Amino acid sequence: MIQLSVNHVLYLVEAARWTILLSVIAFVGGAVVGLPVALMRVSRSGALRGIAWGYIQLIQGTPLLIVLFLSYFGLGILGYKLDPLVAAGISFTLYAAAFLGEIWRGSIEAVPKTQWEASDCLGLNPFQQYAYVILPQALRIAIPPTVGFMVQIVKNTSLASVIGFVELARAGQIVNNSTFEPFAIFTAVAAIYFVLCYPLSVAARTLERRAHAGRS
Amino acid sequence: MSYKFDFEFLAERWPDFVAGAWLTIQLTVLAIAFGFLVGTVCALARAYGGPVLRRVAGGYVEIIRNTPLLIQIFIVYFGLSSLGLKLSAEVSAVLALTINMGAYTTEIMRAGIESVQRTQLEAADCLGLTRLQTILHVVLLPAMERVYPSLGSQGVLLMLASSITSQISAEELTATANLVQSDTYRSFEVYVIVAVVYLALSALYRLGFWAIGLILFERRRRLGTPL
Amino acid sequence: MPAALEQANESVVSVDNVVKEFGPLRVLDGVSLDVTRGQTVAIVGRSGSGKSTLLRCIAGLETVQEGMITVCGHAVGRPGSAARAQLRRDVGMVFQSYNLFPHLNVERNITLALTLVKRQSRDEAKKRAAEVLAMVGLTDKIASYPEQLSGGQQQRVAIARSLALQPQVMLFDEVTSALDPELTAEVLGVMENLAHHGMTMISVTHEMGFARRVADMVVFMHQGKVWETGPTADVFANPRTAEFKQFVGSEL
Repeated sequence: MIQLSVNHVLYLVEAARWTILLSVIAFVGGAVVGLPVALMRVSRSGALRGIAWGYIQLIQGTPLLIVLFLSYFGLGILGYKLDPLVAAGISFTLYAAAFLGEIWRGSIEAVPKTQWEASDCLGLNPFQQYAYVILPQALRIAIPPTVGFMVQIVKNTSLASVIGFVELARAGQIVNNSTFEPFAIFTAVAAIYFVLCYPLSVAARTLERRAHAGRS
Repeated sequence: MSYKFDFEFLAERWPDFVAGAWLTIQLTVLAIAFGFLVGTVCALARAYGGPVLRRVAGGYVEIIRNTPLLIQIFIVYFGLSSLGLKLSAEVSAVLALTINMGAYTTEIMRAGIESVQRTQLEAADCLGLTRLQTILHVVLLPAMERVYPSLGSQGVLLMLASSITSQISAEELTATANLVQSDTYRSFEVYVIVAVVYLALSALYRLGFWAIGLILFERRRRLGTPL
Repeated sequence: MPAALEQANESVVSVDNVVKEFGPLRVLDGVSLDVTRGQTVAIVGRSGSGKSTLLRCIAGLETVQEGMITVCGHAVGRPGSAARAQLRRDVGMVFQSYNLFPHLNVERNITLALTLVKRQSRDEAKKRAAEVLAMVGLTDKIASYPEQLSGGQQQRVAIARSLALQPQVMLFDEVTSALDPELTAEVLGVMENLAHHGMTMISVTHEMGFARRVADMVVFMHQGKVWETGPTADVFANPRTAEFKQFVGSEL
């Protein structure tokens, strides 16, 4: 007989709010840091391009869990309190920024060269070209893969449980420690993640299809 | 910053890191190989199968891709154990990673399989090849060749994701790091080293995929052109 | 009837009042055709007349809704036809887009079906491959990959690939339509050679010169029906319908 009560499920759903909060922090932070990274990747300066490239390679070649541990214990070195939320926020931001930077670089490069030429001929300086011509178009191209990446962001928040932050995954472990029904509990946890992620996946696919239908 | 970096522990503990890295390699190579098989079969089901088969394979893909690997690992290790099927941490790790890799491989291989034009299938049919022969000899290799970069990337991602199996006490690289840092209190240094090792493994895996690609794709090796 | 005469008039392909629909569209509207051994038949007509569809039905690539198709004694075209494997051995099909397997070299393209379908040994298959490549004049390309060959060469390899299986009848679906004019001649030359050696051939083609020179029988299709048919010389000399006159006029 499964001992999972309504209270347990409610506890899980409440913890899911933290999952959503972490996801939002990761996305906003990742976007704020990721956009400059993307712009650096397409800049004319070899040095800037190199730095951004190095950052992306570093993050994409390291497990998120290790980045998380480095942030968590890194805080300790710098003399700050080992706050799981802050550590999680920093590592998820760094991680998301690398991937979003790559995605957005691709989107900027996908804007046809002719747009650069046309705006240049009209006399716009690089800043104006970016602001009024290139980025708006890159934005539209970037939406499907960005929405797709948000699914990764939500799933990645589960790792915050490892450093003790009580979001959905940790809540599942806590409930399991009192009821010892891991199959039922973690399936319920998975179901809640699914409810959060599946709409984003579907949205990303729909947006991708529409984007292709719009083009030739 | 008053912190003094101290890497002395490395002189004594480096065999632990090697052992951990070796287990990471073992776990993930198995998971990549089995996951590829699972993914290819499911991709064939989605590309050529009837509506029921397509739905089932599709359901598998959606469930795995929309839930975290951490939870999948917990279900395999703790969940199955509570249902009576007690698997070791390593076996659970390979099983969960295989299931995970299989789902992502399904979508990648499906794209590759669907890129083989129908006229190729018709030509094979007219030559008298059976469905199975057509799949094995005409479809699979070109499909794989077209999506090979994605397959390689997915393999590297899986290797990095294997760090999560440390949470069920599989004694791979990340678990080793946790152990050493709790012994030596040199947390930052330990994780920096492990990060470097993972970076090296990423490069190693990419090299490995490239080499396998050369062996598999004879035409590419001879001519150097994409399919 | 003496055996020799019987063989000469043996029906290799028999199409009997075939109707083929794609949804609401009736592409073949009661088509009948008889091809005897050794005959070369050219099927001509405008795009959309149904000629390619007819050929694909004979090859077993499409099913028919009404009527019967018999090839070398096997029934073809109804869903669930048995003896499909035997049919495949007896019919060779060459496509407009050659359809060579790009990841295999020329030799392997040819030996693949020989080893898998006819269960020949690797050596037997290689010998046969060399034979058919000699027939189409491409012996030196045996180790090349399709992408290294011109369109005409690829098409000749495709013909060799089908020939290797020793079919009783060869079907050609607009095999020169995708080729530049200079390359068309080499392919038509191979086909003419085959015809002179007695191969039973059905060819959907736009090449009127080839049809007049090589075909024993011409079939003119229009809007899913056979409008004219008969020995080549007769049909071209005495066209009975205005549509065919118009068609021939426009093709020259």
